[in-house]
Amino acid sequence: MNIKFRQETFRHDFTARNSPENIKRFPFPFHEDKYMYSVNMEPHVPAGPKGYAFENMIDVDEHYVAEMQDRALVLKEDPLRCQALPHMMQAQWDTLELLMEHQAANYPDHFSLTKNGDQWHWINRPMNIDQKFTFGDASTLPYEPMEYITRQSQGDFCIVDQRDGQLWMDAGMVTTQADWSLDFDIGMNFMEWHGPVPLAHQLGVFDRALKFLLNLQQGKPVRRLNWTMTINPRLDTSPENYPKWAQDRLTVTPENVGNKVHLRCELQSLWRLPRSNAILFVIRCYLIKMEELVTVPKWARRFHRVLRDLPPELVDYKGLTRFRPMTVEWLSKFDDGAPTSSGIFPD
Amino acid sequence: MLVKGIKSRPVYTGLGIDPYARRHIFTIEGEGVEAVLDQVKTNGSAFLATSEFLCVGTATRLEALKPHDLWTAPTIPILLYRLRAMLQNAKMGLRVYISGTEGFIGQVMQVAIECGIDFNSIRTEHRGSEARRVQCVHCKGITDDVKTSPFICTHCGLSLLVRDHYSRRIAAFQGVCIDAEEPGTAPAPELMFP
Repeated sequence: MNIKFRQETFRHDFTARNSPENIKRFPFPFHEDKYMYSVNMEPHVPAGPKGYAFENMIDVDEHYVAEMQDRALVLKEDPLRCQALPHMMQAQWDTLELLMEHQAANYPDHFSLTKNGDQWHWINRPMNIDQKFTFGDASTLPYEPMEYITRQSQGDFCIVDQRDGQLWMDAGMVTTQADWSLDFDIGMNFMEWHGPVPLAHQLGVFDRALKFLLNLQQGKPVRRLNWTMTINPRLDTSPENYPKWAQDRLTVTPENVGNKVHLRCELQSLWRLPRSNAILFVIRCYLIKMEELVTVPKWARRFHRVLRDLPPELVDYKGLTRFRPMTVEWLSKFDDGAPTSSGIFPD
Repeated sequence: MLVKGIKSRPVYTGLGIDPYARRHIFTIEGEGVEAVLDQVKTNGSAFLATSEFLCVGTATRLEALKPHDLWTAPTIPILLYRLRAMLQNAKMGLRVYISGTEGFIGQVMQVAIECGIDFNSIRTEHRGSEARRVQCVHCKGITDDVKTSPFICTHCGLSLLVRDHYSRRIAAFQGVCIDAEEPGTAPAPELMFP
């Protein structure tokens, strides 16, 4: 598979957009016409039409190169976005192995990995990287292993340690997040880092999710979809930079809704790591403009209904208050009231 | 505004003397003295013979109980410095107790965790002011003794909403810019943590 990587930006002039082919592979997060939190996990196995975001388990798409450039800019401004507690080194190597193997196996035109014992040779053609190193010896790489490979992999990454019947957020590379701080949350357990999420605790969602994840097995990753909305195709909606992006919410007008307002979907996948018994938590962010979304009639109808009927606590928590009415109004033009088919895929 | 019931918000369940501990280290700030006196009232004073007290503020009422050892530090950082040295040489059978304001409890706990003590094993009781220690999520600066929300970050000057979200590692609540959408529209500070 030869991907044509786009030259685009996720800041300042915001030139990022999706090609018509990329729109059809968007992981649309609503399987019905309404939304509430749930433990919506399923096996992370190939699904959907050919070329869909679920085709390969570590997905690489046309935004790869531009996203990696944006990550480098974030890290230059704020190195605290990538941190690992000292006991996580083995899990860092597990992570490097997993991401290199998947990218090389599924995108051989772009990546290759050759192993001779612990002597590894990694080639990343889109980023023009050719690296020989000793697996297990961090001094043979220009960064620690997690930082090295996640500077070359789309999505945010958290490595979660398992002990005392709990999961602990003990390492991460987080530059494309929906308003949470790795620097603040690192070292917290599963309940603590989800502390600010409304309603879901009372629904028992986190108790069930934790119980499920503590039993996650190697070779059987799982996924779930999560979502929010973002003004402009901005990947770095961190709390650290909130004063820089919050004002975007006031720039939405009835004329620019289609271009400015984005549905932000997180394809979250969870992987048991073989040596450390930690869990790799991948939070891959996909952005789609309203005017792109409505080119799929089913998604236009459904998202109109979901957004219109969203519980007020979620509107507030997801930061949609300012621009939701205008967006619902804009989307209503694309909703003729016809029934929608179940499931997330386009008709 | 302040979303209550966030799970990361610490819960202080009381000093509860551990009868099996061979050595007790008490770290006490200000009105935290009362928590110890309450323990003596309910559990008797036998534990005092194996107890060492590190105090900030007036501790004369504790001195009167004649514990094994009592030392008064002029400020919190000096107490933390001595505590760290004590814990680095500590043996099995030690129990750590903390009583005082939340900011004090958090900072002592931070040192204890860094010295390898499981935070679940530390006995804590909140006494005194409800003022909070808050980290600005934007500049990362920490402001002690925050009584209002919003408050002005003493480092970067932004007006911060104090959340209930708490980090043990940083020993602080999270502060987030309250008027980021429309700078200059921050509401007047309200006394939230007297």
